[in-house]
Amino acid sequence: MTMSVPLVEVEDLSVNFVTRESDVRAVNGVNFTMMPGEVMCMLGESGSGKSVTMRALMRLLPPKRSVIRGRIRIAGQDVQAMGDAALRRMRGGTVSMIFQEPMTAFDPVVRVGDQIAEVVAQHRGVSRREGRRRALDLFELVRIPSPERRLDAYPHELSGGLRQRAMIALALSCEPKLLLADEPTTALDATVQIQVLILLRKLQQELGMSVIFVTHDLGVAAEIADRVAIMYAGRVVETGSVRDVLKAPLHPYTSGLLASTVHDQPRDRELETIPGAPPDMRNLPPGCSFAPRCPQAAGDCQLAVPPPVSPSPGRVARCLRVAGAQPLMEFA
Amino acid sequence: MSFATSPIWPPADPRDRGGPQQPLLMVRGLQKHFAIRNGVLGRVAAHVRAVDGVSFTVHKGETLGIVGESGCGKSTLARLLMRLIVPDAGEQIFDGDAVGVQGGISVKDLRRQAQMVFQDSSSSLNPRMPVQGSVAFGPMAFGMPKADATALARELLTKVGLNPALFGGRYPHELSGGQKQRVNIARALALKPRMVILDEAVSALDKSVEAQVLNLLQVLKRELSLTYVFISHDLGVVRWISDRVMVMYLGEVVEIGPADALYAAPKHPYTQALLASRPSMDPDRRREEAPVSGDPPNPVNPPPGCRFHTRCPHAERVCSARAPVLGDAAAGAHLAACHIQNPASGHSLAGRPVLPALH
Repeated sequence: MTMSVPLVEVEDLSVNFVTRESDVRAVNGVNFTMMPGEVMCMLGESGSGKSVTMRALMRLLPPKRSVIRGRIRIAGQDVQAMGDAALRRMRGGTVSMIFQEPMTAFDPVVRVGDQIAEVVAQHRGVSRREGRRRALDLFELVRIPSPERRLDAYPHELSGGLRQRAMIALALSCEPKLLLADEPTTALDATVQIQVLILLRKLQQELGMSVIFVTHDLGVAAEIADRVAIMYAGRVVETGSVRDVLKAPLHPYTSGLLASTVHDQPRDRELETIPGAPPDMRNLPPGCSFAPRCPQAAGDCQLAVPPPVSPSPGRVARCLRVAGAQPLMEFA
Repeated sequence: MSFATSPIWPPADPRDRGGPQQPLLMVRGLQKHFAIRNGVLGRVAAHVRAVDGVSFTVHKGETLGIVGESGCGKSTLARLLMRLIVPDAGEQIFDGDAVGVQGGISVKDLRRQAQMVFQDSSSSLNPRMPVQGSVAFGPMAFGMPKADATALARELLTKVGLNPALFGGRYPHELSGGQKQRVNIARALALKPRMVILDEAVSALDKSVEAQVLNLLQVLKRELSLTYVFISHDLGVVRWISDRVMVMYLGEVVEIGPADALYAAPKHPYTQALLASRPSMDPDRRREEAPVSGDPPNPVNPPPGCRFHTRCPHAERVCSARAPVLGDAAAGAHLAACHIQNPASGHSLAGRPVLPALH
């Protein structure tokens, strides 16, 4: 059975951005594995390191200014060790990525159909004509109405929702095993966002690919994820199935995030908040990064970064206050 | 009328002219079309009908929430209310005085009484001025001595939860997004306004910080008896903060009503679709079908008749033939510009009290 081999293995990944004045510790020891066909949401606020982790998987970070440590394996290959040719084959082939703003991902002066045809021709070694035929199939796959006509459109001629669908078509053009989606629905209108989420869910099921979906929106995670990883200050503080984490969070940060998300709370009462602000990534506090804002923090929280603990199968949190927790040797 | 005894309306405000019953703001038929020019001669090729005949009232001490998708005209409306852009047509009456006309209230005076907070907290602060200076700038421009204005700025920074000794001398780049937005709120309050227009003021903030700023806004509103116009695309936030909610679509008001009534039983199919498009927050009750398909049409050439008819599940011939009217937005009424709400419209569902469920 192929399902038993993980598609993605990330071990102790850390990313520092080094400049003359400062050393920003964007990612500080992230571990996760993903099985084929799984949808994982990385949830976190701005600056929590979720997009940087995504970019590290594709090796899209600026090589001169970023120091990457740890091990990343995708489909059995070591991403850190890849040469230029292997990297080119992986990007768009095994792994592809969609972004928040499709306008910046497309070339504004080339028709969208030609851009997709070019990618297919490049990766598959087929003719442009064949690539264009494939582009039409893809436009039908992502349910773009009158696809024939839309292939000849320039990116600016498409509405926001269609542009995002076209970017999904581009990303799927070489049947990737892993799709990285970095806030792909955040810039969309509410009535369009739900359409794109439902489309992505259906495509994921039809094509059986794995998806890592980066979002700051708990509602989006509830709609699409099998598993969630909650990130705070460059660390995964909690993972588990979306059901478990949203219904019974373990980490105080996850609980705080759930409580402070405005969703049908009574109007005559104050909203629950997490006091303070996320830490400065140039100067992280010792120990648990959430301790300065945590209602349950005690002296021991500041001594060392809490080790991952697993109180029940499939669930992991990095918090000393999680009851009945067994220290974990290996991060699941 | 004895508004002096009302606990919400301190008689201390000498600027209150009409008493609590008179709306603080009345807008009738407000319209703004932007011309699209092209060619070497710059001829007008088309108009973006950003705000197209919008009427509503804002009562004293209430929060009116305005929701809608991008391009529905909500931000243009906010700028029109502050006269940052000049309307093509329509009138705006602030506490009984017409704005910008002979015998009414001047735009300068309007801006003393109404202030605005924008979405982008960085670009609305001067990067080369300590934030305390930014807060004091408005009062100084209106003639307050520098020492008094600085004292006021420090008091306001305390009010919005920033220690002036620590933050007053800092520059905007030394503050986080939430702290900058607190400074913007302090600056908006520096002229002691009666109305504050918040245009996506919390949308760019992280969730944990957003809740803090929303709580702050509610406290300030109570303490300073403010009136808010709160513009957002976030339906959850608007519900929590608003007394009444107005829904816009392609430059028009499609529905207005008390927040609870509008969320519990929307009268316009667009409002219904917008509410049903919210993610469920429950992985066991995921949405299987999108409530409506397609994107909002381009406001350059809005569809004839009801502008929502191209996406509406209940559209009939009457919907593309005639534009439905909202009716007179009397105090507190729950109204929708939809033929289904008008028994005489000829729509087959007309007069039904409750809209059929979507999917």
